[in-house]
Amino acid sequence: MTREEIIKKVAETLSEEFEVEQDVITPDAVIYDTLDLDSLSLVDLVAVVQYTFKVKIPVSDLPSVKTFNDLYDYIESHQ
Amino acid sequence: MEQRVVITGMGIWSCLGQTLDDVRQALYDGKSGIIFSQERKDMGYRSALCTYVPMPDLKKKISRTQRQFMPEEAMYAYAATEQALQNAGLDQDYIDNHEVGIIYGNDSVAEATMNALDRFREFKDTSACGSGAIFQSMNSTITMNLACLFRLRGINLTSAAACASSSLAIGNAYLLIKNGLSDCIITGGAQENNAYVVASFDGIQAFSTREDEPSKACRPFDKNRDGLVPGGGAATVILESYEHAVKRGAPILAEIVGWGFSGNGDHISTPNVAGPARSLELALKNGGVNPTEVGYVNAHATSTHAGDGREAMAIKQIFGDYAVPVTSTKSQTGHEMWAAGAAECVYSMLMMKGGFIAGNLNFEEPDEETACVNVIPETTEKHFDMFLSNSFGFGGTNSTLIVKNIE
Repeated sequence: MTREEIIKKVAETLSEEFEVEQDVITPDAVIYDTLDLDSLSLVDLVAVVQYTFKVKIPVSDLPSVKTFNDLYDYIESHQ
Repeated sequence: MEQRVVITGMGIWSCLGQTLDDVRQALYDGKSGIIFSQERKDMGYRSALCTYVPMPDLKKKISRTQRQFMPEEAMYAYAATEQALQNAGLDQDYIDNHEVGIIYGNDSVAEATMNALDRFREFKDTSACGSGAIFQSMNSTITMNLACLFRLRGINLTSAAACASSSLAIGNAYLLIKNGLSDCIITGGAQENNAYVVASFDGIQAFSTREDEPSKACRPFDKNRDGLVPGGGAATVILESYEHAVKRGAPILAEIVGWGFSGNGDHISTPNVAGPARSLELALKNGGVNPTEVGYVNAHATSTHAGDGREAMAIKQIFGDYAVPVTSTKSQTGHEMWAAGAAECVYSMLMMKGGFIAGNLNFEEPDEETACVNVIPETTEKHFDMFLSNSFGFGGTNSTLIVKNIE
């Protein structure tokens, strides 16, 4: 998947899963704030990324994934 | 001191309708909620008869995070409970300042469990189950969700007793209030209605195969019955002590005057006569009710040969020469299983308040066992002030409620 495809797919899947508008999912936006995540719904982020991109984000890597840009980087480098 | 226990509100989410008015009319009109599902047939069902129950749209009422914890049956239960609370005039402010409990019937979480474990097995990773899976896939999912959503601070308990689950939920709520341990309890039952929950039930060939005539498939007490039709949905009733209801100016609809229960101590799926008869007898005895005071019996009868016949004989044994009117509303709704006792309590309440008995659809001719009861085949205008509702379940668990009208 190209980076452009990853960006488009992230916007589509996360907006549907977390019921937010696609346009709030921007590269510099902070994921936790944008998707209103708590400790439980964070598990859903990990699960959705896993189903959609077949990429597992271990708990130890989560602190480094703060913005959507970080998430695109992570998916791109772990495909 | 023993308390009188009254019903002050009810709500329904059923294949016959999703408001009390619509369901009352559907009962009166003899509407059938039974359909044929090509989807189930394609999946491999022997009998693809079922019911259609719409999913309530809760997006505007419950946050996404909270909905993640709710399987289908909890959503049905929420919708029925919201109606019942409104019907009872119980708002959130009142609930926040008083101890209101919940006892609700549920005995499966099949689809939620399957979805979570499918993902776990596919990805070999527990977090793939998602955040809601643990809360969706426990049998107490309805009571845990509703207690948090409505901020309930009283008893919080799930009743799991097969097809007697919700009747026993109401019975236990009645007992707690009667004994002065609670003032107000939300009670009822829900049943998931997806294509997975009853796959194994279909596997034991318990369902009617009259697929070419869905509305004629469920025919309790009829000679040509050939099995049940699975259904789903939810029903809620609000129980309060009479004193509590009067004090808060609640609408008092009816009074639970008797509850009986028993175990067959016998076969896991084949019922007997003695067990149900003891449940009926105990309900009458506990309520101090003479059988002739009962104006209508809402039977458990699911449209199986063994079950309907033995229930008919149990009714005959207890009511003797008094030909009490009997119907099974499952002829219209299919078998709402874990929700059945509560749903049938609501259906019977609607009939009692509406002055009619909904006809037992498809009752054309009795067989040797069912000829002993007075089955009402067509909707009949009839005033009655007391009904008895039976619910029986696998494992030989029986529950009988007796409810008296309050004008």
